[in-house]
Amino acid sequence: MSFPILTVVTFLPIVGALWILFIDKRKEEKIKQIALITAIGSFVMSLPLFFKFNLATHEFQFREMVPWIKEFGISYHVGIDGISLFLFLLTSFLTCIAILASWTIKERVKEYMIAMLVLTTGMLGVFISLDLFLFYVFWELMLIPMYLIIGIWGGPRRIYATIKFFIYTMAGSVLMLLAILAIHTLYYRETGEHTFDLLTLYNLDIPMRTQFWLFLAFFFAFAIKVPMFPFHTWLPDAHVEAPTAGSVILAGVLLKMGTYGFVRFSLPFFPYASHQFVPIISWLAVIGIIYGALVAMVQEDLKKLIAYSSVSHLGFVMLGIFVFNIQGLEGSILQMVNHGLSTGGLFLLVGMIYERRHTRMIGDFGGLAKQIPVFTVFFMIVTFSSIGLPGLNGFVGEFLVLLGTFKTNVLYATLATTGVILSACYMLWMFQRVMFNKLSNKKNRDMADLNRREWAIILPIVMLIFFIGIYPKPIISRLDVSVNHLLSQVDAKYKKTVNRLKIAEEKLVLKGDPLWK
Amino acid sequence: MEITIPPFDLKSIAPIILITIAGIVVLMTDVFFKKLPKETLGYLSFLAVLITGLITFSQTGSPVYSFSNTFVVDNFSIFFNYIFLMSTAIVILMSVNYLHQEGVNFGEYYTLILFATMGMMLMAGAADLITVFLGLEIMSISLYVLAGFKRDRLESNESALKYFLLGAFATCFLLYGMALLYGATGTTNIKEIATFITNNHAFSSPMIIMGASLLIIGFGFKMASVPFHKWVPDVYEGAPTSVTAFMSAGPKAAAFAVFLRVFLISLPGLEQKWSVILWVLAALTMTVGNVVAIAQTNIKRMLAYSSIAHAGYVLMAIVTASSLGTASILFYLLVYVFMNLGAFAVIIILGKRGEENLRIDDYNGLGYKHPIMAIVMSIFMFSLAGIPPFAGFMGKFYIFSAAIKSGYIILAIIGVINSVISVYYYLRVTVVMYMKQPTREFAPLSLSPYIILALVITIWGTIHLGIFPSSIIELAQKSVLLQ
Repeated sequence: MSFPILTVVTFLPIVGALWILFIDKRKEEKIKQIALITAIGSFVMSLPLFFKFNLATHEFQFREMVPWIKEFGISYHVGIDGISLFLFLLTSFLTCIAILASWTIKERVKEYMIAMLVLTTGMLGVFISLDLFLFYVFWELMLIPMYLIIGIWGGPRRIYATIKFFIYTMAGSVLMLLAILAIHTLYYRETGEHTFDLLTLYNLDIPMRTQFWLFLAFFFAFAIKVPMFPFHTWLPDAHVEAPTAGSVILAGVLLKMGTYGFVRFSLPFFPYASHQFVPIISWLAVIGIIYGALVAMVQEDLKKLIAYSSVSHLGFVMLGIFVFNIQGLEGSILQMVNHGLSTGGLFLLVGMIYERRHTRMIGDFGGLAKQIPVFTVFFMIVTFSSIGLPGLNGFVGEFLVLLGTFKTNVLYATLATTGVILSACYMLWMFQRVMFNKLSNKKNRDMADLNRREWAIILPIVMLIFFIGIYPKPIISRLDVSVNHLLSQVDAKYKKTVNRLKIAEEKLVLKGDPLWK
Repeated sequence: MEITIPPFDLKSIAPIILITIAGIVVLMTDVFFKKLPKETLGYLSFLAVLITGLITFSQTGSPVYSFSNTFVVDNFSIFFNYIFLMSTAIVILMSVNYLHQEGVNFGEYYTLILFATMGMMLMAGAADLITVFLGLEIMSISLYVLAGFKRDRLESNESALKYFLLGAFATCFLLYGMALLYGATGTTNIKEIATFITNNHAFSSPMIIMGASLLIIGFGFKMASVPFHKWVPDVYEGAPTSVTAFMSAGPKAAAFAVFLRVFLISLPGLEQKWSVILWVLAALTMTVGNVVAIAQTNIKRMLAYSSIAHAGYVLMAIVTASSLGTASILFYLLVYVFMNLGAFAVIIILGKRGEENLRIDDYNGLGYKHPIMAIVMSIFMFSLAGIPPFAGFMGKFYIFSAAIKSGYIILAIIGVINSVISVYYYLRVTVVMYMKQPTREFAPLSLSPYIILALVITIWGTIHLGIFPSSIIELAQKSVLLQ
């Protein structure tokens, strides 16, 4: 067997957490260093995935499979394809940044770093799981540390925010658990074999009415996580209360788990239902894009503004997933990565000025450009990236999504385009109020510019923003084969169901599905 | 006149005999060696439970009926015996210091615990309604006394009296049900009742249906299913904490064991009818248990309602009336022993003399003061809430998968919605421990090697069965009832 690279990358953070567990909690500096070293170690180990990735195949690569609970046909089965590759890399990358950004945490450093590292393992695991049970375990595993991070190290309303976050997510995911069990049961009835293996279960042809209900169950889990309008209300609360690193991870990775779930599970399992749901999801996405942008415009709190801008941006991602063409889907996946970088970057920058001034209200700032020029430049670049300025990463993804959408539905695309304009409005207006005008608030006069640690945090993000914006080919080329395969897989299954439906209509024997009792 | 004495097989009831003798020995030792520290009686009982466990282990094999088919040893009863013995062993470890601290260090405590365990074992192996009743009463009477063990405290007395009165009342229902079944079929033997019903096609005989309904009420009381649950919070709150822990695990499991055997073996023909009733009971039990638990401020009361809710999940698996469902119940009850007793062990460690420190607010800021206790408690809470990778999740997963496989989708949906509701109150414990500042000084922990051992066992069970459940699942699958 070859080197189990995915397992090592995924579980290295947990090993780091165990190591920290045995260190005296007063040695805070050492704890932080260990956390950073494990995170960087995990990231460096994950880089070969990018370089050794085989562009020619849609098959899952770097696969590992070990039987786990034989009685249910559950195995530890992991692997990666073009779709999950970048989310996996983004996660291990953002973890390093987030831990570096947590250097200013003063309270209970030991517990914080342990939570952070366990969280990382959970998130990485979600993107590589090729077993539905394993996926669910990782999906829930990351809930506990995130809950603690918001609840212990968060702002004044942290308890409300964290419980809301936990219960919303849990409510969605338990329905998904039932749907997973239902898929398992359907396969068992058809073949007599117990399995939770994703690749095996992909072959299952689910009756159309069942598809509808199961899609709905998965939909709740993922839509809450994304979050789609109207399930988004937990997000602003969680973002505002979470510590900086928590916000970065939340925006950068956790939200992507929802959109990733749609791509990995909803589309291939329920192609027919996915097509049926297109109008609903597209409308919700369009509403999310415009509503998120409008609400972001009137926010006084920087973090809340960015949180609502996330709702808007993820609307684009959702729109792109459900147009069923290669531009839309590739754009969506790219946009997931972009949003992770730009929104993560914005939260980091807001965290930096919050540490200096202990306020996030836009009204308290103004004229910072003269006081902290380097910060302003970085803030500008990330803001432009979030708006989608050509030459930066945000443009590529948004452009592809809109291109894909125009091909299928001009109305959605037109409405979504207004979101691009609105995002320019609220971001630039915010930028202007914070950075330009007169330096009226005296408290802002002694703000210091970026220190070396903060350079180290923001520079890699800005470099990636430029890189993806100027030369996205290495990413697109790795996406192509997997996305094409996914689309053809969905298409074939969809056509099969439609054909069967036609035959059934001709015979007029539309019976109920046998799953119900 | 010639009297034929039916052959009796002492080997099959060896565990029961052993634990009875142990109970008597403990009682006698207490009487004759007054100067002996009471802890010794605790070790003695613990040792007896361990040896009984080993004997039980050696009994594994094909079913053996003995005593004129009134008692049976099969894998099903053996698995339940493991559950009982495990919970008894943990409870004994938890009790040693607790009794001393509360000033009720009397030897008969251990005797009663052992006798109650014996009653449960008799129930799990009962192949005749009379044996069922015998076991149930031995267990219940011991528990009535145990609930009132702190005789100088009002709450404890209230608890015992309530439990006794309501328990006696419920027993009447049970007996009446058994009498009706006997009247209708002419036998009290569980297997023969089934034979009679099938041979005579008595599936809708009113007397049998009436009898079965009364049995559901009687067992429903012991299982604490809604609407027969009213006694649970008061009894759990008033009883000494170690006794509450004991009551929440073993006796409930015993009630489930008997219920499964009676309904799956003697009344499978009526499955259509009783599964509907149980469907409703399961949904009600889960919902009421979880919703009311949210409003509790006392942690023992909260765990009482949580145990009602967990009974609801188990009922859901009974509804499926399948071997998968039965296996999931076996697994779940074992998991429940670990996580629930673990939570009670933490409560005992944090408790002070005189039943103090029992409000959830008393745990404010525990994470700052006693980080290890807080982590341990959080693990039990997360496990009870059914969050991976802990055993509670595996157990729930197993039950839900049984429900889905048998097609009870709506019930499963009610079940998972309930799990979400339950998250709220389990999380509240972790919220106060980690996210609130300490409101007052914490007393030093009442730690002893025994209770630490209890914690280690329960933590190990909660984590191990969550990550590597394979071997126990296999054992559970081999231990389902053969009809």
